Amino acid sequence: MRKLALSDEILMKVEKPARYIGNEVNSVMKDPGKVDVRFAMCFPDVYEIGMSHLGIQIIYDMLNQFEDVWCERVYSPWVDLDAIMRKEQIPLFALESQQPIKQFDFLGITLQYEMCYTNILQVLDLSGIPLLAKDRTEDDPIVIGGGPCTYNPEPICDFFDLFYIGEGETQYRELIDLYKDAKEKNLGRAWFLEKAAKIPGIYVPSLYEVTYKEDGTIKERKTLTVDAPEMIMKEMVTDVSDTYYPMKPVVPFIKVTQDRVVLEIQRGCIRGCRFCQAGQLYRPVRERNLEFLKKYAIAMLENTGHEEISLSSLSSSDYSQLPELIDFLIEECSRRKINISLPSLRIDAFSLDVMNKVQDVKKSSLTFAPEAGSQRLRNVINKGLTEEVILNGAKLAFEGGWTRVKLYFMLGLPFETEEDIRGIGELSNKIAATFFETVPKEKRNGKVQIVASTSFFIPKPFTPFQWAPQCRKEEFLDKAYLTRKSITEQLNQKSIKYNWHEADVSVLEGIMARGDRKINQVILRAYKMGCMYDAWSEYYKNDVWMQAFEECSVDPDFYTVRERSEDETFPWDFIDCGVTKSFLLREWHRAKEETVTPNCRMQCQGCGAARFGTGVCLEEREG
Amino acid sequence: MKVRIKFSKEGPVKFIGHLDIMRYFQKAIRRADIDIAYSMGFNPHQIMSFASPLSVGHESSGEYFDIELNSMTDTEDIKNRLNEVMTDGIKIIKVAALDEGEGNAMASVAAADYLVRFSDKVTLPDDFKEKLTDYYEQEHIYVTKKTKKSEKEIDLKEGIYKLQVREDGVFMQLDAGSGSNLKPGFVLEHFFETIGVELPEFPFRIRRLETYRKTKKGKLMPLIS
Repeated sequence: MRKLALSDEILMKVEKPARYIGNEVNSVMKDPGKVDVRFAMCFPDVYEIGMSHLGIQIIYDMLNQFEDVWCERVYSPWVDLDAIMRKEQIPLFALESQQPIKQFDFLGITLQYEMCYTNILQVLDLSGIPLLAKDRTEDDPIVIGGGPCTYNPEPICDFFDLFYIGEGETQYRELIDLYKDAKEKNLGRAWFLEKAAKIPGIYVPSLYEVTYKEDGTIKERKTLTVDAPEMIMKEMVTDVSDTYYPMKPVVPFIKVTQDRVVLEIQRGCIRGCRFCQAGQLYRPVRERNLEFLKKYAIAMLENTGHEEISLSSLSSSDYSQLPELIDFLIEECSRRKINISLPSLRIDAFSLDVMNKVQDVKKSSLTFAPEAGSQRLRNVINKGLTEEVILNGAKLAFEGGWTRVKLYFMLGLPFETEEDIRGIGELSNKIAATFFETVPKEKRNGKVQIVASTSFFIPKPFTPFQWAPQCRKEEFLDKAYLTRKSITEQLNQKSIKYNWHEADVSVLEGIMARGDRKINQVILRAYKMGCMYDAWSEYYKNDVWMQAFEECSVDPDFYTVRERSEDETFPWDFIDCGVTKSFLLREWHRAKEETVTPNCRMQCQGCGAARFGTGVCLEEREG
Repeated sequence: MKVRIKFSKEGPVKFIGHLDIMRYFQKAIRRADIDIAYSMGFNPHQIMSFASPLSVGHESSGEYFDIELNSMTDTEDIKNRLNEVMTDGIKIIKVAALDEGEGNAMASVAAADYLVRFSDKVTLPDDFKEKLTDYYEQEHIYVTKKTKKSEKEIDLKEGIYKLQVREDGVFMQLDAGSGSNLKPGFVLEHFFETIGVELPEFPFRIRRLETYRKTKKGKLMPLIS
């Protein structure tokens, strides 16, 4: 029987000990003597969050298909175990072998949101790996960063040996072969990193130097070796129906956030909402073919025993064979008593009909994401959802028996006015009014409930809004108060509930998102001062963070409230995500002019992604 | 038709709690493609009844649950199919068809056998065996049991059916009926308290060996006999 890294006494003391025991159904065990490369794949947050992430399941499955590699998983120990491990000096271990991460060849860390950055340091620290890449020796694993946040890796570049930019399915084989070669011939870490920098998509930050102007913006970016490329092109899977996808995802023992089969039906989005980073990063849209999806849906259900399947994509309604796929799933799943969950569907007659078949109308709520309260501002952000469409959808839904509606908005969008903010209350009111107009009194089955939620807008790299200033905390809060006030002034205010997010953390997220290399020291300082699990509001310490900025003499405002000039060099400009900076700038201008840009299927906008020669870029356009 | 399934839980999986073990078996039954019956309604669930929850950290070689089937091959086939999809540490020991009208696993539980070993940190007195025997041979063992709402005095002796000091630990057969359930740790903690020995944190390694029902004549029989 496997020996655990933690004693029974410790496991009995901590919350949810099953987080740390491994051995889940479909987890992969190998003989360490029979593999050449040990890879630890990490999601720097608690187990339940990390285990819900599809990307890790894909890479885990792929790497374990390589006979010479054993990929294991590691997550952030929760704060209770963290304290015990520090006190008793227990090194962080991988779940499968229960062996210390420090002995591994690679530690891959996925970066899904900026607020996990201090947890990267937690994982390195508990593993006994030097926090700064420059301090690591031949005894330390190669630390790799991947995932969406690597599209601006600069704020955390001191902690990583290399970053893998783009989709993980394509270059790991080459990277591992290079590593094996280096290991066999004893060529050393520096040699490996220098050569790795030549593999497409690989960015080795130590091979570059950045200098700054007096105003703090970037003056120059220099390569320190002849070979290191000046631009790093993102990696992308050309044919998403002929690639790695896990037939046997790992099934956790404890309930996790995403406790179901996840079927990724397509990558990318045709819509081009101007605030959305994912919509630009994953261009062009690539659909998986129907037969591929059917085959994987059945295999994954059979191999996991999950009681639910969920479709995953940025906008499921845009998948061209959605009706056929849903028909298939409804038939298969009703026979097997499996629930179907359909997030990111546009509310229309088709989707309501589908939802009526797959969920209990009385218990479920409908979600609209208008993102902005007025049509004017929706044009600014290129959200092609009109009030007419929303009210029509709501009317159909109320007729179908739904009584609960969720609405998602953002506050602090570029060019937002008080008028736009009041629009949130007005739109919520109109939806409530639609209920009273649509459903006669005698047929009203309970009360109508509108829940409006706002988050604070954070400008992200590689979006048309990367030039936009971000609001200060006080401005954010004023906007939230105005929203609340405008809702209470509505006729149907009793049917409307309002929630808003916290402002502090949105400001910090904005700094990280568009930060440069100067942010590294702040993150390190904040971590040393006890910051960790910043994504968890109960552990977020804003005052400590602000103190860290001050002690490092880094001005947070430089990264947030400043409007960037059009010719500024951004920290992330050396990455080529397929979409050109000139396209993004064009879109930034169109936003100012309140002009809507048609989606990829209606008309090609020449964003630059057509050079990949795949997906929607190859489709015949309607017009 | 109903079948009763006996399984063991050993090693690291002992840290998986009762609710998660139920979820584990729901998924395992789907993986094994067993034709289980579902409840009616919009969110149908498998018809399944567990005998007795096992505390986190305890091992067992006598866990039971019942499931209702729509159709069935034979008990050996069900056992094999389930064992093919088990994880390390959980093993199906026996599957038996239940007679019509037999009470469900949970309602049937009357008693259970336990083996308790001590952690390295526990220092047993030299005359431990004699002391424990004396303790058990008392006519009554009164203790005050505190619940959230009240305190009541109970006689532990009534719920201890057997107690023996063995080479590998302390063997106990205890009342496990709903309402009168006695925990092995509770009994031993009380014993150590009466002899004035202070225990460290997590002093016991507990293993449930078997779970029993009571026949009409009042005899204890394993849930599958």
